[in-house]
Amino acid sequence: MKLIFKIAKSLLLARLKQTTVAAIGVTFSITMFIALLGFMTGLNDLLDGLILNRTAHVRLFKEIKPSENQPIDISKKYLASYNFVSSVKSGSNRKEIFNSGPIINAIKKDNRVLGVGPKIIAPVFFNDGAIEINGSINGIDVDVESKLFFFDDYITSGKSASLKNVSNSIILGKGLADKLLANIGDVVVVTTAQGERFSLKVVGYFQSGIMELDKVQSYASIATTQKLLGKSNNYITDIQIKLKNIERAPAVAKEYANIFQVDAEDIQTANAQFETGSNVRNIISYAVGITLLVVAGFGIYNILNMMIFEKMDSIAILKATGFSGKDVKQIFTVIALSIGIVGGLFGLLFGFFLSLGIDQIPFKTASLPTVKTYPINYSAVFYIIGGIFSLITTYLAGYFPAKKASKIDPVEIIRGK
Amino acid sequence: MSEVVLEARKIFKDFKDPIIIHVLKDINFTINKGEFVSVIGRSGCGKSTLLYILSTMDTDFEGELLIDGQSMKNKKEGELAKIRNEKIGFVFQFHYLLNEFSALQNVMLPGLKLGKYSDEEIEYKAMQHIKKMNIEKIALKNAYQLSGGEKQRVAIARALINDPLIIMGDEPTGNLDKKNGDIVFNIFKELTEEFNQTLLIVTHDTEFAEKTHRIIEMEDGRILKK
Ligand SMILES: Nc1ncnc2c1ncn2[C@@H]1O[C@H](COP(=O)(O)OP(=O)(O)O)[C@@H](O)[C@H]1O
Ligand SMILES: [Mg+2]
Repeated sequence: MKLIFKIAKSLLLARLKQTTVAAIGVTFSITMFIALLGFMTGLNDLLDGLILNRTAHVRLFKEIKPSENQPIDISKKYLASYNFVSSVKSGSNRKEIFNSGPIINAIKKDNRVLGVGPKIIAPVFFNDGAIEINGSINGIDVDVESKLFFFDDYITSGKSASLKNVSNSIILGKGLADKLLANIGDVVVVTTAQGERFSLKVVGYFQSGIMELDKVQSYASIATTQKLLGKSNNYITDIQIKLKNIERAPAVAKEYANIFQVDAEDIQTANAQFETGSNVRNIISYAVGITLLVVAGFGIYNILNMMIFEKMDSIAILKATGFSGKDVKQIFTVIALSIGIVGGLFGLLFGFFLSLGIDQIPFKTASLPTVKTYPINYSAVFYIIGGIFSLITTYLAGYFPAKKASKIDPVEIIRGK
Repeated sequence: MSEVVLEARKIFKDFKDPIIIHVLKDINFTINKGEFVSVIGRSGCGKSTLLYILSTMDTDFEGELLIDGQSMKNKKEGELAKIRNEKIGFVFQFHYLLNEFSALQNVMLPGLKLGKYSDEEIEYKAMQHIKKMNIEKIALKNAYQLSGGEKQRVAIARALINDPLIIMGDEPTGNLDKKNGDIVFNIFKELTEEFNQTLLIVTHDTEFAEKTHRIIEMEDGRILKK
């Protein structure tokens, strides 16, 4: 094998220019592959993060809907008949999740769960002089919200902790604050669905990156919200759950709906369109990267074919002096793979540098306060895939020329002189 | 009777291009250890074709070939390559060397392939052979920088590196001037006399042939009986 490498090296060095060009082809395609995927995925992560960071993997709630089993269905007398009931109405309008405390405790013990937190969604009107603006207050556990949903990242002024420390405080969406002309420290008046009026002190703004949301949303502590709604301190409308593995959300949602007798929604169902978008972007990046590699592969194929054509005599001598077809094939496969490995390694390196470069380009947008430069994903997976692909393509590109070389009949060459 | 190194039994070969030509017809002979045999005959009578068969490079023929008492029938390409490497040294008319390597490396390559000795030992042996050829001055030169006579001597050194059972040559002096041709012939002669090396050399130089132990004369694909 050492000998095979030695001969491969000599043949390679004898044609250094062409082999360098072939390796540069591989380098170029791997560089683009890495940079493209890093950039596309970075962008994907950013866009997905807009929604996914702020969304529970599983949300438990109580939907207001008519009972599926109307009294007549339960009655033994009419069990065998078809029952028609028109204009069914919901029996109760309670959005509360009963037993929320024990449910949260039970979920906390599930080791698939990263974290769980209570939430109250309270629809309110914000009073702006004579005008009432539609909006909603999210009653949250500030610590859980910060830990699980990166709440602090989205607060542009003020501190999330103020919700805990200042009584009757509220953090407004930037759009909503602009509409209300509310500065930090101002007091805004809200009217609940029950008609109660309430004054809340503005302690911060937040910007989610989605303008429509920022025009209606606001945050207050759980206790403040309960007070606002005139409810007791175990009133909860939502339980938000983040899982260790997001892929399990649909299964977990189903399970919890059953166990706790509540409605459950998983993130995949709630945000199906986002995943489709990311997938399409990923497919495009991979397709472009692989196309580049295939082109580079043809370059290698051509150069090896040329080399074999030029080296017919050498191949014939090798065979005449006792090298087998297999040896010859190995020699040319080693040449192809060396081009692939050297070209690929430089490609990975340059791809990383190009990613670093893109990472420096300023990228400012009003809706994304935390983003300063173009996002790049540096996942090792791309480097591994890029490396493996460069090896596979160069191997395949070398395979057919190498096979051809191994089949060369020395007699034909020697006689031909 | 001395030891038989190579035996051809009823060898026939046809080319079908485009009509069938019988190139070799009923070739039978043996070569004993230490013999210096020459093959002569008119151009086109089938000498090269025969030599390619005897050197195991051409397997498309009828009849049987025995090298060192072993039949070459039904042997795989890899096995034949190994036999060529180990037992046959080949010297071509056109001094085939690998241009990417130095003269010394060219001589060493079949030895490295065989892998019987360490690299250092092979280098030492190669140098010995090169010295025997009187070309130690060019040992480290690249193959393409050598003259025809020098190349042919490098090729002979390469043929010797694995101490082959037999050295075959296809008109090894055909492309050399008188002086270089004589040098090459004297090397062959020395090899048989001093090292009991078996040689089978194709030539159309009758003067050359006359000086060998035995002449096989071919005509029209057959061996002429004397
Ligand atoms: N590949 C081939 N196809 C057809 N005919 C061939 C081929 N190779 C050699 N021949 C013919 O076989 C005959 C013997 O050739 P060769 O062995 O080279 O003769 P020599 O070496 O004695 O000059 C010639 O007539 C030649 O034309
Ligand atoms: Mg000939």
